[in-house]
Amino acid sequence: MKLIVAIIRPEKLHDVLEALFRAEVRGLTITRAQGHGGEMERVETYRGTTVKMELVDKVRLDIGVSDPFVDVTVAALQRSARTGDVGDGKIFVLPVEKVIRIRTGEEDVGAVTPVTTG
Amino acid sequence: MSLLLPLAPTWSLAAAVSPADTAWMLVATALVLLMTPALAFFYGGLVRAKNVLNTMMMSVAAMAAVGIAWALVGYSLAFAPGGALVGGLDHLFLRGVGLDAKGTLPHLLFMAYQATFAIITAALISGAVVERIRFGPYLAFITAWSVVVYAPVAHWVWGGGWLAKLGALDFAGGTVVHVNAAAAALVAALIVGPRRDYGRQAQLPHNIPFVVLGAGLLWFGWFGFNAGSALAANGIAALAFTNTLLAPATTLLVWMLLDQLRSKRTTAVGAATGVVVGLVAITPAAGYIGPLSALLLGGFAALPSYAAILLRSRSALDDSLDVVAAHGIGGTTGALLTGVLAQAVWGGTDGALFGAPRQLLWQAIGVAAAALYSAGASFALLKLIGKLVPLRPAARVEGMGLDLQEHGEEAYTTGEGAILVIPEEALPERAPAGLPLPAPAEGAF
Repeated sequence: MKLIVAIIRPEKLHDVLEALFRAEVRGLTITRAQGHGGEMERVETYRGTTVKMELVDKVRLDIGVSDPFVDVTVAALQRSARTGDVGDGKIFVLPVEKVIRIRTGEEDVGAVTPVTTG
Repeated sequence: MSLLLPLAPTWSLAAAVSPADTAWMLVATALVLLMTPALAFFYGGLVRAKNVLNTMMMSVAAMAAVGIAWALVGYSLAFAPGGALVGGLDHLFLRGVGLDAKGTLPHLLFMAYQATFAIITAALISGAVVERIRFGPYLAFITAWSVVVYAPVAHWVWGGGWLAKLGALDFAGGTVVHVNAAAAALVAALIVGPRRDYGRQAQLPHNIPFVVLGAGLLWFGWFGFNAGSALAANGIAALAFTNTLLAPATTLLVWMLLDQLRSKRTTAVGAATGVVVGLVAITPAAGYIGPLSALLLGGFAALPSYAAILLRSRSALDDSLDVVAAHGIGGTTGALLTGVLAQAVWGGTDGALFGAPRQLLWQAIGVAAAALYSAGASFALLKLIGKLVPLRPAARVEGMGLDLQEHGEEAYTTGEGAILVIPEEALPERAPAGLPLPAPAEGAF
């Protein structure tokens, strides 16, 4: 099992969710985040006050997957989140010690396998 | 300097200028001007947060671009004595437009009142192309449009042109303003093309309270638009004023009922839209029909526009804020119903319901002529501007939103991560308080 953390552009979120859905990756959490990834700085002006925006809006996705899904998920993320410009984001793959589904107490692979609701 | 000379001659407030009319029209002019920032809120609330400033600026900047073009050129083409199709050049650069009476108003006030109409009409077009047109080419388009399209069409109906002679009724601009703008909007939406994510992902309004605020301010300003079109403080103005209260009330009611029937909920965006559609529909009829007719007209006008919005949202046409459904269909419905419900006893000439079915034909001709001319000329103008500069921003810019690229601002910034840029010469010996971050090291993010 791995925890995949991806930092992406907010405007690519729709494309990413669609790609993940097509790759049958169902369980995920998203967070609105701000960060800095070496993008060209943006200059904005408000009534004569000029500022450089060092932090850019991003979306963070946390996806817990079983081992066979790691490569599929990473591939889907990379394909759908990429624009080719600096600031497309990062994908981190982290080891996971244990996963527990709160409702049923299922652990590990059982806990990250999507429930098929009839 | 010689340009300014014609303004110098001695004015004597001619006896024909009415103080009462002047007082009302000063207020009405301010009311109509308010409609443009109101439109900025109405449209701004309907788009996504990343484009709200750009969308609002499309209306705000019209007050500059179109207002100036109107004073210098447009007013003359609309209202100077001329032929059947376009006015003359007598009032170019406001020559001969002073304090002498035009009707019962100082001529200058009449010009200013009409300027506010030109501004709001051009700004209406923006709703069809929001979130995807570059600001410069947009401004160039609406400025040219106000001179090449709006001014002649205004001349046809109000400046003594051929539609006026034919007998087509358009009290405050159902055809001149709404059908005219909607035809340009339709063409603009087709030429500029849909937003890159149109039809692929939901594009929801980002601030519905703004939409309701805008609709409320539009209604308020519309009293100046319709009742002011009487150009006097008289009974006709009172009739137009009352009809402007009554017709949108029934449109709003019917719109809420349609919402309720269709989705079991009355929506706030729907209510705001219903108000605008009702206002559009009563515009051509305001000073020609009785108050009970206005209630009827308003209720009926909800149906075609409601259907048009449902159809549009299922189609490939990205008329993003439904300019065609609200102003084109609403304006056409109003113009045709004017030909049905107009009554000589209320100041109009009798319409189809009162023994003059031919009035309906004159109304249809007016709508068709304005729509065709506006569509054709808008097509030519946009193609021309598109040849000189790109109309669309890069895909990357459209994705990030136009506020950042076109205006260098964000509507809802938290200020986090904003580092003050202090001009070099203002720096004392010590370093500025807000040190820029060092360039990120390899591997940092």
